[in-house]
Amino acid sequence: MASKPSIMIVDDEEIVRTSLSSWLLEDGYEVTTCEGGKPALEALGNKHYDLMLVDLKMPEMDGLELMREVKKSWPDMPIIIMTAYATVDTAVKAIKEGAYDYLMKPFDPEEISLTIRKIMKQQMLEQENVFLRKELAKQFQFHQLYSKNKKMQEIFELIKTVAKTDVTVLIHGETGTGKELIARAIHAESLRKDRPFIPVSCASLTETLLESELFGHEKGSFTGASNMVKGMFEMADRGTIFLDEIGDISPKLQMDLLRVLETKEIVRIGSTLPIPVDVRVIAATNKDLGKAIDAGTFREDLYYRLNVITIDIPPLREKPEDIPLLIDQLIEKVNIETGKSVKRVSEDAMALLMQYRWPGNIRELKNVIERSVVLAKEDLITLNEIGPCVGRIARDTAVTGDMSLEAMERSHVAAVLKQNNWNISTTAQVLGIDRTTLYKKIKKYNLEQDKQ
Amino acid sequence: MDTIHIPVRVLPQRESPVYAFDPDRKQYYSTKILRFIVNSHGDDALRTIGITGVDLFIPILTYVFGEAQLDGKAAIVSGARLRQEYYGLKPDRRLYVERLFKEVMHELGHTFGLTHCELDNCVMRLSNTVAGVDKKTADFCRNHQDQLDKKIKEVERAYGK
Repeated sequence: MASKPSIMIVDDEEIVRTSLSSWLLEDGYEVTTCEGGKPALEALGNKHYDLMLVDLKMPEMDGLELMREVKKSWPDMPIIIMTAYATVDTAVKAIKEGAYDYLMKPFDPEEISLTIRKIMKQQMLEQENVFLRKELAKQFQFHQLYSKNKKMQEIFELIKTVAKTDVTVLIHGETGTGKELIARAIHAESLRKDRPFIPVSCASLTETLLESELFGHEKGSFTGASNMVKGMFEMADRGTIFLDEIGDISPKLQMDLLRVLETKEIVRIGSTLPIPVDVRVIAATNKDLGKAIDAGTFREDLYYRLNVITIDIPPLREKPEDIPLLIDQLIEKVNIETGKSVKRVSEDAMALLMQYRWPGNIRELKNVIERSVVLAKEDLITLNEIGPCVGRIARDTAVTGDMSLEAMERSHVAAVLKQNNWNISTTAQVLGIDRTTLYKKIKKYNLEQDKQ
Repeated sequence: MDTIHIPVRVLPQRESPVYAFDPDRKQYYSTKILRFIVNSHGDDALRTIGITGVDLFIPILTYVFGEAQLDGKAAIVSGARLRQEYYGLKPDRRLYVERLFKEVMHELGHTFGLTHCELDNCVMRLSNTVAGVDKKTADFCRNHQDQLDKKIKEVERAYGK
């Protein structure tokens, strides 16, 4: 046996504690005895127990009360209620409130022995189940991405193939679908994996700032340029540059970018000297660039340069099978970050999470889970934690008849703004976008505080 | 059979343990008898084991076949429930002695610090029924025999043999 299963006996009668503990010790268990509910709760905080044997009738705190307290923090703790005066009513009550079993004193040695063995076996199976689920998740993992979805599995295969080449990849997907993670996976699978991966968010900077970020500048090239600064393209040399929200860049930058893609050279601002760069370009957008070309806001030649291979990421609502898998991964991650030990999501909460349309996709799911893990009082996430985030948003989005993506986004942004009293920073954080993007969306959808 | 190679001395029979009788349960409180044996344990012996014909209990269990001080000096074994007659069957002395021997070895094992064994054959397997006693052998499994040998050597050394 690797380690002895640990049993706690709670009984106010000393004779029961000693006789039961010596008998269980002979059976190879580690035994702790407590004379009441209070010391029992204290002891639970100090050590892991596999099982509790709790007397029903005790002064101060009775067995059922203690069980309720224990279940608050250790909902999975198997508890056997012991009593000298068994009635059907109390037995039913105990089982209903979550007792594993209800035994009448004195016990038949064979019965108690079998009951304990059954619990230990069940616990072993549960642990094995957790382990197997983790192993299974690995099967659906590709770098930082997790998916059981057929389309996503095809994307993983495509990434493996294209990664080995230097072709430009255009990733298309709604906000929060994990475009950067896809880009990182391409980089990690490529021969450039030991060189830098440089992500640039094109929407968060003004045209001139972005230009200087991308290409660098010479000393004195503009006011405040007191030093020569290398741009992202130079920093990404022999590595990968990831241009996020490429649909938002200005016509001038589009032209500059096209030149870099064609000549594989950059020119720093304030210089005329071309510098060769060996960079793989991956671009991403949540916009329909085809429409942007028709509208004349995006260069067709740049589009074809970028769009050698397109990866279209399906939104989360089209792959609900991934929701439980992603939740498992997110819970594990947040547990490590926060030192919590949340194990799972209650059934009703999971049902709500599965129903919800997730306009903010995985990023929104991540925010909801992060928040819920932090708020969870027990090792279970319930509707109490999920409800305030998802329930309200689900209701808010459900009232609009218009099911277009834009309408959904509009009402979602409005709902989250309202929920956070129009605090821009918090709202942006909840939505998983930066403040500039949020301002753009507020402007785009004409959202106003008093009208909401 | 490779068991415990130490000399055995049989002490004179004691009076019925009336002090341990519980009139409500009409059984004998095993721990009280065990305490009596511990008190009469002499320094000239490694272990003392009592054998009784009365039915034993501990407060939390309906009955016990025996009780031992885990890693201690003494143990007690009851033959009451090991007899075929107890279950309304024809007496079988050979079977009774076999069962009693197994239970004595089992409780002695506890006094040498052994806990229960998962293996079917090992005498340290927990058996709360005669069917369970009959199923196991009187031998220790390899692991438990090793532990036992080690412990006996240790105890003998402490006693200066």
